[in-house]
Amino acid sequence: MAQVKIDNVIKRYGSLQVMHGVNVDINDGEFVVLVGPSGCGKSTLLRMLAGLEEISDGTISIGKRVVNNVPPKERDIAMVFQSYALYPHKTVYDNIGFPLKMAKRPQDEIDQKVRGAADILDLTKYLKRYPKELSGGQRQRVAMGRAIVRDPQVFLFDEPLSNLDAKLRVTMRVEIKELHQRLGTTIVYVTHDQIEAMTMADKIVVMRDGRVEQIGAPLDLYDNPANVFVAGFIGSPSMNFIHGTIVTEGGLRQFRSDSGLMLPLPHTSVPDGTKVTYGIRPEHISIADHGVPLRVVVVEPTGSETQVFAKHGSDFIDAMVKDRFKAAPNAEVHFAIDPANVHLFDRVSEQRL
Amino acid sequence: MEHIAGHKPALTWIVRICVTILVVLWLIPTVGLLVSSFRDRDDISASPWWQAPFPAEQTFATRIAGDAVQQADGYLLTGDIHDLPEANGAGRITAFGVSRSAPTGIAAGDTTDLPKGGTLTVHPDGSFEMLTPEAPDAKGQRLYFAAEVPPEFTTANYESVLYANGMAQAFINTFTVTIPATIIPILIAAFAAYALAWMEFPGRGLIIAGIVGLLVVPLQLALVPLLRLHNDIGIGQSFVGIWLAHTGFGLPLAIYLLRNYMAGLPKDIIEGAKVDGATDFQIFTRIILPLSFPALASFAIFQFLWTWNDLLVAKVFLPSDSESWVMTRKIADDLLGSRGGDWGILATAAFVSIAVPIAVFFLMQRYLVRGLLAGSVK
Repeated sequence: MAQVKIDNVIKRYGSLQVMHGVNVDINDGEFVVLVGPSGCGKSTLLRMLAGLEEISDGTISIGKRVVNNVPPKERDIAMVFQSYALYPHKTVYDNIGFPLKMAKRPQDEIDQKVRGAADILDLTKYLKRYPKELSGGQRQRVAMGRAIVRDPQVFLFDEPLSNLDAKLRVTMRVEIKELHQRLGTTIVYVTHDQIEAMTMADKIVVMRDGRVEQIGAPLDLYDNPANVFVAGFIGSPSMNFIHGTIVTEGGLRQFRSDSGLMLPLPHTSVPDGTKVTYGIRPEHISIADHGVPLRVVVVEPTGSETQVFAKHGSDFIDAMVKDRFKAAPNAEVHFAIDPANVHLFDRVSEQRL
Repeated sequence: MEHIAGHKPALTWIVRICVTILVVLWLIPTVGLLVSSFRDRDDISASPWWQAPFPAEQTFATRIAGDAVQQADGYLLTGDIHDLPEANGAGRITAFGVSRSAPTGIAAGDTTDLPKGGTLTVHPDGSFEMLTPEAPDAKGQRLYFAAEVPPEFTTANYESVLYANGMAQAFINTFTVTIPATIIPILIAAFAAYALAWMEFPGRGLIIAGIVGLLVVPLQLALVPLLRLHNDIGIGQSFVGIWLAHTGFGLPLAIYLLRNYMAGLPKDIIEGAKVDGATDFQIFTRIILPLSFPALASFAIFQFLWTWNDLLVAKVFLPSDSESWVMTRKIADDLLGSRGGDWGILATAAFVSIAVPIAVFFLMQRYLVRGLLAGSVK
């Protein structure tokens, strides 16, 4: 177990710079999720941590040791790949035991550790099988078994659940989190799925275009997104954004959208006339008798909740309401918005105000 | 497999018919060779090989002589044609004659007059009666006849090829050439292919381009300089020399094939092994080699067949004394040179020389199936 420090890391491919000074501190035993849209550099960052990709500038340290030029096998890490990367010509037993064999451990220790890992992962029945005879979830567990027998300082997971179906993904999500609680090892986990990030992480690192947009605990990011990108990326369905200006009308400070929709404001020191982006999450909007008047576009009942798409001029607002709700298209509906849940962002810099 | 041809039944049938035609086209010469190898040279020149299973008609020349029995109207000589000299192998008689100008002018069963007086009757079953006014002389009466010859197969060709002087030595020599000439390039090429596929070093792309370039260089170009080099460094014409020559000529294709195969192996497996603590050498021996077995086997087949059938390189790089002859040289120089017209021997020699490659192919072809990677990555 160890802390990991990524300090001002830069990556260039020739003259093309893809990683622009990334700083991440990971504490001992923490479960950190790197999340972002595809191409944001999260997998590259993980591969640089593993030593599979060289860094152009900056330092990466694991424990207290700078590992910039240390080959992967000496970094004391274990990695689980998206494709599982099992050895097709070896049995499950040999797959799990391979890292120990490479480390030239005695046979009885290998046997004991492999059986221990198989026990934790419920693979004991399958030790004699070959990877091709296993299901997707079992293969994923073998890949994890190969990582845990090494008892490394850091586990690296590269989108380990993307190849599984939706149901199995939920199960494996729980299993990985449980494994972390049991072993207490530092984990760095890459995913593009913000639900995985929210449910598993102690700390989330949101990345875009080779830059860290925000680092924080899941609920922290949800409640206080640093900018429009993080606000839109975290949370599902994603936050509503309306462009407009802050005005004072009838002694009340309000938000007026470009198409004239008036929305309530929280207490803020932002001066009148500032061009802002107004953010409100669909789940923080409810249906009321009085409030913001809009016209219904589509109503989507999902059983537990009802999603209502409504518009005013060119402004679309998406609400997730707990009550059963029925409305004909184009009917008038009133949305109640709690100002406490409103996020304001600068129109130009897109940063939180 | 039906998905490859498409789902239309008509198309499937066209594919099947085409495949059948191709198979038959390829098979006909081989079958002809096989049949010819079991026939003797007279049969081969008398009838084409596809008539070999059926009886052929052949003309014989002999003389009737023997003790005649005196009767009231002359001397009667009876007997069976099959017992006469030079009538070996004759079956049913179809026609006969007594003059050279019409050797088969008279149908079997009829009677003809003899030039010196008297009559001769020959029956289809071979029995004959000759009635002459005077006792036949010791020289006998000339007789020509046409008879059906039953199909005849012989292993004599195989005996003469296999037990020919030096053939066993040539067989062993061929193995002495082919086995190292197959294994050495595979060993070298596998290492090279791994490095070119998975190790980062400057100039890698140029080396690969160079190897692809070498694929198009004809080996004839290198024969003379290479032999001079061998002579200069003291290898001369020897088995070591031919191993090195075959290795060199086989390497570009071997490296190219193996590199392409290895480069196609999933990157994650190799990176996983690196993270798991394997060195490059361990990745090569424990992961890459077992997974590359289909490619290794297919190249082994190529190289084995090519070195087995090779005559040119063997002629240049092996000593010219007959102790060092390989099979191809033995067949080309010895059997063909001295018995060029003996088609039976040639067909047999061809069959003997392809027997081992065929066995190798059938032993190895199941490894050509690429299914080993199933289950490693999704």
